[in-house]
Amino acid sequence: MQPTPPQLAVLKAALFAACLWPLAQLGWLAWKDGLGANPIEFITRHLGTWTLNFLLITLAVTPLRHLSGWHWLIRLRRMLGLYVFFYALLHFLTYLWLDQFFDWMSIVKDIAKRPFITAGFTAFLLLIPLAVTSNAAMLKRLGGRRWTQLHRSVYAIAIIGVVHYWWLVKKDITLPLLYAVLLGILLGFRALRLARERQRQLRAAIYENG
Amino acid sequence: MLIKRPDDILPSEITPRELFERRREFIKAAGAFALAAGLPPLALAREAFPSLQKGAHSTLEPPNSLRDITTYNNFVEFGFGGKSQPAERAGAMRTHPWTVSIEGLVHKPRTLAIEDILKIAPLEERIYRLRCVEGWSMVIPWVGFPLAALIKQVEPLGSAKYVEFITQTEPAAMPGLRLPYIDFPYTEGLRLDEALHPLTIMAVGLYGDVLPNQNGAPLRLVVPWKYGFKSGKSIVKIRFTDKPPRTSWNIAQPDEYGFYANVNPEVSHPRWSQEKERRIGEFFKRKTLPFNGYADLVAPLYAGMDLRKNY
Ligand code: HEM
Repeated sequence: MQPTPPQLAVLKAALFAACLWPLAQLGWLAWKDGLGANPIEFITRHLGTWTLNFLLITLAVTPLRHLSGWHWLIRLRRMLGLYVFFYALLHFLTYLWLDQFFDWMSIVKDIAKRPFITAGFTAFLLLIPLAVTSNAAMLKRLGGRRWTQLHRSVYAIAIIGVVHYWWLVKKDITLPLLYAVLLGILLGFRALRLARERQRQLRAAIYENG
Repeated sequence: MLIKRPDDILPSEITPRELFERRREFIKAAGAFALAAGLPPLALAREAFPSLQKGAHSTLEPPNSLRDITTYNNFVEFGFGGKSQPAERAGAMRTHPWTVSIEGLVHKPRTLAIEDILKIAPLEERIYRLRCVEGWSMVIPWVGFPLAALIKQVEPLGSAKYVEFITQTEPAAMPGLRLPYIDFPYTEGLRLDEALHPLTIMAVGLYGDVLPNQNGAPLRLVVPWKYGFKSGKSIVKIRFTDKPPRTSWNIAQPDEYGFYANVNPEVSHPRWSQEKERRIGEFFKRKTLPFNGYADLVAPLYAGMDLRKNY
């Protein structure tokens, strides 16, 4: 299956709109007074959850591409990655503005002293260079090799993101564990492919020399 | 979501008539809520305690709405996964018949039916602040009576130094019991002098009506100067001991949840700074007060103690 350029454009537009769904949901609930007794907590958690969801969806593109042979999927990845940053930014702004109301003293203390905030903040900082270098011009400027190296930090970001979640739950680790397993599968897929590739190269080398 | 009320009316200026009508409105709202939640409306729609004494130590702060108080709960027997779970699930808990066994180091151990407990002392309205260890707070108009009155019934021995409170376990109604996170039955404890303090009450209702299950029906502890988890819900056993009881959260995470758990803005929790809190219904956080604003009444209980160590 290979979409034509117009088809791909439609697909992209549809995906763009679909990715706004979690935000629309918040708007709708706020309108209906459906955010519960603690709306700020609800919004923070909703946006945090979706940051992590988009992170995993983005990381699923490559395995899906290899498994299905639909190489055009890669054309959707940048948008998904930017949505990770978009929701991370909203999540962070909710924390800064609605939760802490720009109480910088307390925010700095939080980041320094509360391990789950330290982790979340680290993940957010690491996302910034990826968002900044996501366009074609930056790819060209950096060169493919350096660009790829830089963007590998997304693996670390995802791990830190799951750790952030793990550390913030009171006791029930069901959901963080689920995310950890999914992330393990996504990263494991890559590790496996890499190992196979190495073996293949090794065998080829032996064959040539032997 | 927000409690709208003109700022220029002090609660103390509201006449009993207005209060009464306000309560009727709340009860109507509760009935509507019960319908919406698929609960039997009668459970909430009747006013169970029509003539209540105004108890001592009530705050003049405006209480949170019945909806907030009954839909945003921690009651881990009904799940660890979200504040709405208790409201969704606690309806299945059987609260009738209900007996409470009072035992341990006492002269007269007794098992009391809830009907008899209701007669031990005149029921009072006590409007208390509640501060959760997670950094939020509410104002709740409890209906209850001093725990001291119940303790008097059993005459503790001189050797009794602590009181242990044990929550109901009803596996069919409580999915949380199957989760491995804390030890059940949920156990909490107080020093005897804390239990006898006039601020400490056993609550049987809120907003003039019977306690909804998710708030700990039919009988729960309320210790307003301590973090909420100290106030055990749906109590079935009260035991007097000479050693500090081992409490559920303390066993699960001793560095996070101490035995005393007095509200203290200066001792932070690893995940939540305790300097400020969000009053449910308000946008700006407010400063957390030592002993949740009850320092003048309870600080003497801890004279000479290092409250950083005894958190
Ligand atoms: C890539 C970055 C991040 C990811 C993937 C992420 C993800 C999450 C997730 C999954 C949750 C839990 C949602 C739930 O309970 O349903 C959460 C909650 C939260 N996050 Fe983040 N987060 C990130 C960055 C940050 C940053 C930068 C901050 C603040 C400095 C932050 C502060 C919080 C807070 C305060 C909560 C709510 C905790 C609570 O309600 O107890 N996060 N985040």
